Amino acid sequence: MASTVSSLSRSSGSVVRPLATRDATWVRYMLTAAALGFLALFLLLPLVAVFAEALRRGLGAYFEALKDPDGMHALKLTLITAALAVPANLVFGVAAAWCIAKFTFPGKSVLITLIDLPFAVSPVISGLIYVLIFGAQGWYGHYLNAEAPWFPALQAWLIEQDFKIIFAVPGIVLATVFVTFPFVARELIPLMQQQGNDEEYAAITLGANGWQTFWKVTLPNIKWGLFYGVILCNARAMGEFGAVSVVSGHIRGETNTLPLHVEILYNEYQFVGAFAAASVLALLALVTLVLKSLVEWAHARRHA
Amino acid sequence: MSRSHRSVIPGFGLSLGLTITYLSLIVLLPLSAAFIKTSGLTWEEFKTAVFSPRVLASYRISFLASLAAASLNCVFGLVVAWVLVRYPFPGRRVVDALVDLPFALPTAVAGIALTALYAPNGWIGQLFEPYGIKIAFTEIGIFIALTFIGLPFVVRTLQPIIEELEPEFEEASASLGANRWQTISRVIFPQLLPALITGFAMAFARALGEYGSVVFISGNMPMRTEITPLLIITKLEQYDYAGATAIAVVMLIASFALLLIINLLQKWSRRHHAV
Repeated sequence: MASTVSSLSRSSGSVVRPLATRDATWVRYMLTAAALGFLALFLLLPLVAVFAEALRRGLGAYFEALKDPDGMHALKLTLITAALAVPANLVFGVAAAWCIAKFTFPGKSVLITLIDLPFAVSPVISGLIYVLIFGAQGWYGHYLNAEAPWFPALQAWLIEQDFKIIFAVPGIVLATVFVTFPFVARELIPLMQQQGNDEEYAAITLGANGWQTFWKVTLPNIKWGLFYGVILCNARAMGEFGAVSVVSGHIRGETNTLPLHVEILYNEYQFVGAFAAASVLALLALVTLVLKSLVEWAHARRHA
Repeated sequence: MSRSHRSVIPGFGLSLGLTITYLSLIVLLPLSAAFIKTSGLTWEEFKTAVFSPRVLASYRISFLASLAAASLNCVFGLVVAWVLVRYPFPGRRVVDALVDLPFALPTAVAGIALTALYAPNGWIGQLFEPYGIKIAFTEIGIFIALTFIGLPFVVRTLQPIIEELEPEFEEASASLGANRWQTISRVIFPQLLPALITGFAMAFARALGEYGSVVFISGNMPMRTEITPLLIITKLEQYDYAGATAIAVVMLIASFALLLIINLLQKWSRRHHAV
């Protein structure tokens, strides 16, 4: 499914077409108007509405709403979550792409399908499965309450520390890692398959070891793809709602990420606050789109 | 694994080991927890959990709204992709980038923005209010939110295929006397069909599981506007873990079946274009 999300290999060039295969002018105007109208109605208008609602009471109220300490805490937690989840999936993505693109082994297509699985799972279920494992009623809860557990010292330490996973930060990070799991891998696998192994063979023949080959030959070749995957992964990590909502417990100033903070304020009818927080996330989305376009442009120029 | 030993590139064992360990810990083990939890139910308990009237109603609304949204996306996704590839107009790059907005915008933000627009006092909602048509907090609201999140799937699946269309086919068709409409319907459209169906399936699959953008606009009335993912959350909040997990298993099986169908469709689409 991710192949649509990632589109570095696309190129967009317009050619002057002969008359016989060109659409009539009125058809072109009509279709262009229909397309732009649809996009304006369904994509642009919601985006504009976020900022309009946030600024409804003026700039003063907007900035006042942004200064809300719970909101600042939510922003901090969102940044921490992304800072943990994105690097984890980055390392995994590079490792997965390396073994899938550089080697032939049985079960490779199954592995690729399994990497795609989190995209097919509803965000709500992505949170639920972690509750089943780490919740009070789950395997982790049973372990904490077990009378004769494995590694009693670990159980004692966990109880002493009151180490919680669900309704706490570790659960939020885990659920975020799950939903953003395929982004980097799915971006790198086709790119590295397309590039082939020739340059790596040359490097190794010339005496480079594995790490040197990776850092000096492979990495420079995949850097745009890597960056692209990280941008998409980060956007989803900061914006995830469903999965995080299930595992967070919604404790204000403790386990609320920015999207969850938006929900709480909205449900309390604090619309300016909710849309002010939402506008921060919308800005993040716009930055993501700009960076994504820049990477596509840089990539297309290199391959032109 | 024997074939890999012939490769001079190092790091197979390390990278595959890391990949499989991480995949198992983060994805496979947690997913299996849902199936293990459900296997603890008797058949009767399972049937009550997944076929009670309220649950059946949620399947119905999730399925129908996703189907309608994916269908609308097919129509407009095709038009948008065609216009973006074939008709140059000022600002095309910006519009092209905007198509990805539903991927980039957090679903909760989309949800409250759409609700604000389509509520009876919202910019669009107030246009329909005098005619007694309510959009937010009804099935139509769910349909609109699902259309929003599904659009890029159709556009992004079709765009590369339209770019790769061989102009020779169109020229041949035109020189053999076909008019433009005949060329489009009999030459171009059949070439786009596999990708269109793939895009439809992706948008549909995404819509079935969607939660964040729907939960604000749907009104969440049991039996009427309660989608299946929301019902799972409701059950969790009532500490009915077994019931929530049983419904989740039904959804997981549906998603995996769709994933399989999408993979087969993509293979078909690629073969179609290799010819």
